[in-house]
Amino acid sequence: MKKIHVTTTVNDDNVEFLCDPRETLLDVLRDRLNLTGAKEGCGTGDCGACSVTVDGRLVCSCLVLGAEAEGKKIATVEGIAKGEELHPLQHKFIEYAALQCGICTPGILVAAKSLLEKNPDPTETEVRYWLAGNLCRCTGYDKIIRAVMDTAADMREAS
Amino acid sequence: MQYHRPTSFNEAAALANQATGETRFLAGGTDVLVQLRADIVTPDTLIDIKSIPGVGDISQAPDGSWTIGIAVPGAEMREHVQLGQDWPGLVEAMDLIGSTQVQGRATLVGNLCNGSPAADSVPAMVAAGVELSVTGPTGNRRIAAVDVPVAPGRTSLAKGEVVSAVHVPARGTNAGDAYLRFIPRTEMDIAVVGCAVNLSLDTEGTVTAARVALGAVAPTVLLVEDAANALIGSSLDDKALDRLASAASAACNPISDKRGTVEFRTHVAGVLAKRTAKIAYARAQGENT
Ligand SMILES: Cc1cc2nc3c(=O)[nH]c(=O)nc-3n(C[C@H](O)[C@H](O)[C@H](O)COP(=O)(O)OP(=O)(O)OC[C@H]3O[C@@H](n4cnc5c(N)ncnc54)[C@H](O)[C@@H]3O)c2cc1C
Ligand code: FES
Ligand code: FES
Repeated sequence: MKKIHVTTTVNDDNVEFLCDPRETLLDVLRDRLNLTGAKEGCGTGDCGACSVTVDGRLVCSCLVLGAEAEGKKIATVEGIAKGEELHPLQHKFIEYAALQCGICTPGILVAAKSLLEKNPDPTETEVRYWLAGNLCRCTGYDKIIRAVMDTAADMREAS
Repeated sequence: MQYHRPTSFNEAAALANQATGETRFLAGGTDVLVQLRADIVTPDTLIDIKSIPGVGDISQAPDGSWTIGIAVPGAEMREHVQLGQDWPGLVEAMDLIGSTQVQGRATLVGNLCNGSPAADSVPAMVAAGVELSVTGPTGNRRIAAVDVPVAPGRTSLAKGEVVSAVHVPARGTNAGDAYLRFIPRTEMDIAVVGCAVNLSLDTEGTVTAARVALGAVAPTVLLVEDAANALIGSSLDDKALDRLASAASAACNPISDKRGTVEFRTHVAGVLAKRTAKIAYARAQGENT
């Protein structure tokens, strides 16, 4: 099958790759670009473990084709920390022990960051609805929600 | 699978017209890619229509009518304050589709053309009187949203035809719409029944025009004229609401599945119709619900 040549930006780096037309952005990130933060939980848009942003919009990378990345700006969990310096959300997830196996965590961090950029002062209900497409089989969600709420409060104070 | 990224609707229509085998347009891909990955449908030709100029725009004409680009995802409709003020029911129906992530991609036209009888935005489009521009190999035509679905998974679009714009009428004064669905959970599920109501009132609060549409209770969306007639001339008194519920239930021709039986769906259609009508009525009176 003829491969497609794609030029795009991932976490502010210019990247180029060749992919099969059927390959998803998730496949490309994991298997061609070695960015294995985004996880494949379901491959059908239900679990959110593959969450990334495309031009600032939160999406499931399992439901985007690699070819669609042409000319876009992709952001993944790998871009959230600045070098060794963790993002406030990452600090809070550790502090609250908001993860166990960690499979859902990259997707939840990307999704939560995207929420706080749009809405720095969300209610608990808003956080729960925003994250309804991110499934977690371990934590029971409570610690995740509290970590996000507390990060939001800290970031509001800091700004 | 061949992947194409045309830059005009004429080119998209020509590509689809020349294609052999399974052809799909790629808007948000939240149906197409799920079907591809589940090996339900592997298109031979996939035509990505998001690089056509203007497909991401929402615009209002001087007469108050709206044009929504075919690649506008639910999230952008939701963030458009003025559209939400004019057509809260249409926006809330679209917003019910999937998660935040799905909202980042899913489109109105994809929801309509995928052809699910339970598609959430479709009753709202039908109640609103939405029309679509369609570009085909031999030219353009304009059709009502209600005329697109013909059977589960099938539309009235001919080979080579692509929807090129969504037209929402001007809201007008003293008018409002609403959409409600019944699902067994609070998020992320498929409608057991969906109901959209769109009303216009006179200054006294009497209903002068109504459209009532039901989803998930028949092979295709239903525009229920008897239900609309039950409301016209009333000020939504209990008698009118009871007539509405009876007409909505009478129109149902549902299936039984794990989400609900025929009896349940038929009953819920009436209940939802009443509740939806009350919200649309309150909005038409200027309440912010
Ligand atoms: C996790 C998840 C949850 C979901 N929840 C819901 C839900 O609650 N309610 C609901 O109704 N749906 C739901 N869906 C289904 C889906 O998201 C919607 O149907 C969505 O609106 C499809 O839009 P799209 O742009 O992604 O379509 P696509 O997948 O891009 O296309 C769908 C179909 O429409 C055709 N098409 C697209 N654009 C055009 C055009 N311009 N002209 C002609 N044909 C066209 C394509 O050929 C294809 O057959 C869900 C999906 C997922 C993955
Ligand atoms: S892997 Fe993409 S949503 Fe589950
Ligand atoms: S920590 Fe295991 S799935 Fe969330």
